[in-house]
Amino acid sequence: MMKQSTKMLAGLGAIGVAALMCHPAFAQAAAAAPAPAATPAIATPSLANMNKGDNTWMLVSTLLVLMMSVPGLALFYGGLVRTKNMLSVLTQVLMIVCMVGVIWVCWGYSETFTSGSGFTAPFFGGLSKMFLKGVDSSSAAATFSNGVYIPELTYVLFQMTFAMITPALFVGSVAERIKFSPLMLFVALWVTFVYFPIAHMVWYWDGPDAIAAAALKGKDALAAVNGDAGKLFQWGAIDFAGGTVVHINAGITGLVMCLLLGKRLGYPNEPMPPHSLTMTMIGASLLWVGWFGFNAGSNLEATSVASVAFMNTMIATAAAGMSWLLTEQIVRGKPSLLGAASGVVAGLVAVTPASGFAGTMGSVILGLMVSPICFFFVSYVKSKFKYDDSLDVFGVHCIGGITGALMTGILANPALGGQGIADYASKPGTLVVAPYDWVAQLTTQAEAVGITLLWSGLGAAILYVIIDKLWGFRVSEEVEREGLDIAEHGERAYHY
Amino acid sequence: MKLVIAIIKPFKLDEVREALSGVGVAGMTVTEVKGFGRQKGQTEIYRGAEYSTNMVPKIKIEVACASDMAGAVIEAIQASANTGAIGDGKIFVLDVGQAVRIRTGETDDSAL
Repeated sequence: MMKQSTKMLAGLGAIGVAALMCHPAFAQAAAAAPAPAATPAIATPSLANMNKGDNTWMLVSTLLVLMMSVPGLALFYGGLVRTKNMLSVLTQVLMIVCMVGVIWVCWGYSETFTSGSGFTAPFFGGLSKMFLKGVDSSSAAATFSNGVYIPELTYVLFQMTFAMITPALFVGSVAERIKFSPLMLFVALWVTFVYFPIAHMVWYWDGPDAIAAAALKGKDALAAVNGDAGKLFQWGAIDFAGGTVVHINAGITGLVMCLLLGKRLGYPNEPMPPHSLTMTMIGASLLWVGWFGFNAGSNLEATSVASVAFMNTMIATAAAGMSWLLTEQIVRGKPSLLGAASGVVAGLVAVTPASGFAGTMGSVILGLMVSPICFFFVSYVKSKFKYDDSLDVFGVHCIGGITGALMTGILANPALGGQGIADYASKPGTLVVAPYDWVAQLTTQAEAVGITLLWSGLGAAILYVIIDKLWGFRVSEEVEREGLDIAEHGERAYHY
Repeated sequence: MKLVIAIIKPFKLDEVREALSGVGVAGMTVTEVKGFGRQKGQTEIYRGAEYSTNMVPKIKIEVACASDMAGAVIEAIQASANTGAIGDGKIFVLDVGQAVRIRTGETDDSAL
């Protein structure tokens, strides 16, 4: 049995490599598109030529990402806890979504997507758009194409849903034993000092037209525009939809929190089985559907690269669901639903940074490889080191995120069917694919992962210790035995 | 009067009920219960966390009957709930001191 399955996996790998090899021809053809000879006019931010299709797609994507949090993630996590703690998880996720939405329009958007000042500029944005000052129906936000803009309000909303879901991810690691109110305070401070800075570092830049205009003016202007971007963006780290910003970030914070908060009473000797894998299945499926908004929406326009991201998201996820189940079949002899659902989520996490960069077969390989790695962490590493990451935030999101972030550096390579990296400066006004140096790119990716682990891990630890000293995170033993639903919220999920 | 308590496999309930109707039993009380005997529980695995559940779900049937009927009742349950495998359950028989029908106040055998 074991031998046969191992052969099967090896066979799948071989097919994948063969599929990768036949791609370079396509990638080269795409890169050799004719370029205009004359100096092009560089567009300035304006909605005069806004495409209604782009705006529609981005508004729909925003809804899809919101659906990932509520009810997707809430049900996925809710199904995994015991009946007595069901409502606590649902309430935490719903309230994080509400609270971070309000924080986002007050200072989050400005802190993330404006230019900072002084030595903190590469890490923190400024305060110029606090309370969305000056952002109205005529404001335009840059996309990845020269001369293409979407309404800034759409961009604010789309990015808001990312800020909402990221802190909702790590409540899974501390489920069934954390007090509600200090958790909310932690989330408010965490987005301010951890999420917004990391999102600024990775995603903030001046846009393609600003680079093109600066490139026409000369080297100094170009350096100034490039220097305005976030730190990791300047380094050249690529993260299409948030592998570092969302998943590694939430994953490492989840690990830090569960280590500091301690294990649940009775863990790991008392049985704590999921109370409804049916709901977990519904939640995982909603996450999958919503993730198309997350990944394909991150293209910011309804172009063919949105279709690339869509395809990668679809197929990496399918491959990861399959490989988790195969791993379980080999190791445990029984394919489980929770395994399939976990594989699906691991695939979604891994393809997030790669979605707009990899090719289809690259995504298949990424999906096939991520599940066994995450499986190893949730099944062996967790029990070996005896930490109670209750719903496997670290094992799935951090480890899957790191796998994805590193593999993005390899799979973006046009020689492997990837999209390559856009160069807006060498032919201003035209997008060209830059020459690809995969060793350098992989190194940069690893550095970005390291910075995120460090910043997020340290930031979370500091915030945790302060709030824990002043307020206390852990519920009393009595409350934990009784269940958080009745003790913290005064309700029960089920009346039989 | 006797009270016959039987612990049986859940999927055998319908057969037992039919067999009891066949020997003239007019009513019974059924409860979903958990317990263990010689039959061991199953192992559940969630993402590598293994739980062995040592309590097995069973059905408890309670039948009150006249003393001279008890033999037929026991026989009917024993025959219908039997699969020949471990975990088929047990039958206990108790003496009943008194019985009252709440609606009419009838007592003992006429209350059954």
